[in-house]
Amino acid sequence: MRLWIPFAVGAGSLLAIASFVGAGWDLPPVDATQIGYRGTGMYDFHDRENSAALKLANVVPEIPYEADPTGSRAKDVYENVQILGDLSEDQFNQFMASITEWVSPTEGCNYCHNPENLASDELYTKVVARRMIQMTQSVNSQWQPHVAQTGVTCYTCHRGNPVPANIWFKEKGPGGKGMAGYRANQNLASSLVGNTSLPEDGLQRYLLDAENIRVHSATALPTGENKAGIKDAEATWGLMIHMSESLGVGCVTCHNSRAFNDWDQSPPTRVKAWHGIRMVRSINNDYLQGLSPVFPDNRKGPEGDVFKADCATCHQGVQKPLYGVSMLKDYLDSLGKQTETAVPDYGAYKPGEAGPFRPAAGSQSSSTGAPQSDSQLAANQ
Amino acid sequence: MNEYQNIFTSVQLRGHPEYGIPLPAGDSERMGEPFFDHLMGRIGNAQIGPIYLGFLGSVSIAFGALAFVIIGLNMWASVDWNPIQFVRQLFWLALEPPPAKYGLKILPPLSEGGWWLIAGFFLTTSVLLWWLRMYRRARQLGMGTHVSWAFASAIFLFLSLGFIRPLLMGSWSEAVPFGIFPHLDWTAAFSIRYGNLYYNPFHCLSIVFLYGSVLLFAMHGATILAVSRYGGEREIEQITDRGTASERAALFWRWTMGFNATMESVHRWAWWFAVLTPLTGAIGILLTGTVVDNWYLWGMKHGIVAPLPDIFPGVVDPAISGGGQ
Repeated sequence: MRLWIPFAVGAGSLLAIASFVGAGWDLPPVDATQIGYRGTGMYDFHDRENSAALKLANVVPEIPYEADPTGSRAKDVYENVQILGDLSEDQFNQFMASITEWVSPTEGCNYCHNPENLASDELYTKVVARRMIQMTQSVNSQWQPHVAQTGVTCYTCHRGNPVPANIWFKEKGPGGKGMAGYRANQNLASSLVGNTSLPEDGLQRYLLDAENIRVHSATALPTGENKAGIKDAEATWGLMIHMSESLGVGCVTCHNSRAFNDWDQSPPTRVKAWHGIRMVRSINNDYLQGLSPVFPDNRKGPEGDVFKADCATCHQGVQKPLYGVSMLKDYLDSLGKQTETAVPDYGAYKPGEAGPFRPAAGSQSSSTGAPQSDSQLAANQ
Repeated sequence: MNEYQNIFTSVQLRGHPEYGIPLPAGDSERMGEPFFDHLMGRIGNAQIGPIYLGFLGSVSIAFGALAFVIIGLNMWASVDWNPIQFVRQLFWLALEPPPAKYGLKILPPLSEGGWWLIAGFFLTTSVLLWWLRMYRRARQLGMGTHVSWAFASAIFLFLSLGFIRPLLMGSWSEAVPFGIFPHLDWTAAFSIRYGNLYYNPFHCLSIVFLYGSVLLFAMHGATILAVSRYGGEREIEQITDRGTASERAALFWRWTMGFNATMESVHRWAWWFAVLTPLTGAIGILLTGTVVDNWYLWGMKHGIVAPLPDIFPGVVDPAISGGGQ
């Protein structure tokens, strides 16, 4: 009897089903790098084809030309230069050329400027750009535990798009409108959590609000102190999946999975990530939220909140954004240090008015992005 | 020789359908006109029906269907009654238990998990009635009640997860959602929250019995099929005879591993392994969060965690070191 026939048919149909349901699988070869002690299963896995594509998509652009740091200062040459006035005229012009390439290569200078009057603040995009330069300066000078000396530039997030490709906003999603359909902010294939059914509100809870990420108990037996339930664990897990998907890594890049909470067994990458979470929280609270009155409605989510950053905004599928190549080293004077931290009253901004729109004289910086605020401390558990 | 190498049953009986023994007064009739189905006969008995549904069976099915419909409609409502999304995301959808703030409230708002309690109640009623029905059917046939008690073991695990443990923890939010992927997420999140269930000794036991069940099932199934050329499936009439399929099967194991189960005891082994799988698992579930809050640390305390060298020296919790931010 031809026994092989039913077996072949069975194997064939299993493969057919697998190729249908398992779409998105990676074909071999996959490179594995051991990152932990033997027997702990701690490996970084990278599919060669995916890695090749990512390498092509994450190339640092050349600087347009070498700028001369000497000569007259930009603030003396141009009107209404609020943040970058201490650059040389040549450096300032080079930076303007770069930022156009990074953020609005198609739209050009006029995306932020009125070509008739470059000093005018009538376009909201210019007001936003000024604040984003402050933000970049803050990231590079205040958040070195996360970005190290590599630093970031506008290009790290923007990649030639006026709005970075990876952003998020509050979204209620379907369900929960009537008396049925309670889904506890989860149970949909959400791209924010790698298309799993995990809670999709993790970004809001942990990257905007400073809710407690840690769910483990520090003692073997219950003491009654740890109130975290399984639903909290799911939300934390959703955030972790977001991080994992954003960086193209697995859990074990930062954790020994036998004891997720134990720092002694965790690779140093986990400390980097810890600072990263706080950095994104600061970016969202201290920079993006504050710009709410300036953004027009088409730059806001359905709930009326501004677009916000998460881990994918910079990382874009790569563990070290742009494979760790520092663009900042060519822009240290403009983006490497905090130059001006004062913030105008964004509520008073009126699009179409030439301005200048600037902070009131002697006004204190509303926030420097310095990560010592209360929300940070509260989030330290 | 080749005629014994079958994937499907090659002999099918046809004739007057078997109606079973007469039922005592008070029992409802068996339902349906029996018929023969060739395809079913390939994997089992070709005769389909009659079926005994009775009062318990009917009520159980009604409650079960009610729970099924409540869960399904809630899933559908959670995608705003969009039929395409309902099908597309079916495996993602679920009916969630209420949030922690409601504790053990008997009926939280329907829009916040109340339906979960209603569906859970109907499902539990259905399962318990079905158990009773199996028990009573076994008794009516003059059988032992082994099937019922094996089923009871599974029900105990089901109730531990969705009812007893939430009661002990004081919150329905600790219970399992009704959904395909969501209940799997719940399982993994349960392990994460309580410090890795692999260090829970009852979880270990449950795995031993689960894998043991699989091994026993494979050994027994393979042995009987291997002697089917001698009529091995007709176990009982062969037990005491020499040279039969039964004796060859016994000899095979006695020769290969020095010990053999008997035609009766192998089923006792299989029954206990199967029953102990959910039973030990349920004990492990009930101890989690109530008696032990972090199984990894519990394992450290009791010497079941393999020590690792400190290969990441200098990594300190930034929240306590105060380093940087």
